[in-house]
Amino acid sequence: MQWTSASEFFAMGGYGLYVWGTYGVAVALMLLEPWLAVRRRRRALRDAAAAEA
Amino acid sequence: MTDGLRFFTFAAPSRFYALTGLLTPWLWLLAIGLAAAGLWIGFFVAPTDATQGDAYRIIFIHVPAAWMSMLLYLVMAFWAAVGWAFKARLASMLARAIAPTGAMFTVLALWSGALWGRPTWGTWWVWDARLTSELILLFLYLGYIALAEAIDDTRRADQASALLAVVGAINVPIIYFSVRWWNTLHQGATISLTAAPKMASTMLTAMLLMTFACWAYAFAVAFTRTRALILERERDTAWVRELAATAPGTRGA
Repeated sequence: MQWTSASEFFAMGGYGLYVWGTYGVAVALMLLEPWLAVRRRRRALRDAAAAEA
Repeated sequence: MTDGLRFFTFAAPSRFYALTGLLTPWLWLLAIGLAAAGLWIGFFVAPTDATQGDAYRIIFIHVPAAWMSMLLYLVMAFWAAVGWAFKARLASMLARAIAPTGAMFTVLALWSGALWGRPTWGTWWVWDARLTSELILLFLYLGYIALAEAIDDTRRADQASALLAVVGAINVPIIYFSVRWWNTLHQGATISLTAAPKMASTMLTAMLLMTFACWAYAFAVAFTRTRALILERERDTAWVRELAATAPGTRGA
């Protein structure tokens, strides 16, 4: 492992903004998309139940 | 769909719904596990690059996202065409379910590319063949989604959007070969089946693990969306009514 401290890790050799800007958006998108998909399926199931009642 | 065209065991939406319900949790686990391993190797085992410093670590997102954006487009166009040609409802639903995931990976490829281009090329964006054709890919995904959503009749929406998807597929080889056909600022292929990799093996391992994580993610999220589409479109069938009546959390909604 090449990092000697946490701050060195987060600095990413001066490229922290670019590296974490990439990973931050990737995580955000990959949480948002499944959340929307799961919500849509739950809603579809609820609507199907409501239509039947 | 007639029996003669029922060439997939799971072409029946009810069976596909049940099967993917079992598979999806494992796909999520697989995606998380592969991503954890890939990130560990990518950040703690792979060394700092001699020329790019630590900015190169963007590759573990950028390359998998760019690959997925192209692959998912081809998969989407394939299922859209199958749905159109054989009137296979499930195939059309799969195509519709893949589109947002493909668009997400395209956004991620462009975004990570911009954040990588700034420190290494000195610019966020340049109108070169690779970047421009990838941007066109995003517009194709968005156009496909917009067209499909704009038409109320499900069958017609599937057909019209399938045509767009199939015609747009020509853009994928253009993206892929753009770095060879034109003089681009974007570098050539990092990985090739015919040449030795031009990168350290730990970097390559991390990148491939992240790619497989993105595969598992794409399957999981596209299956979840397909299941939602099945419920929406098959709402009036007996099996969905029964499912909705017995599913937890739907009573009294």
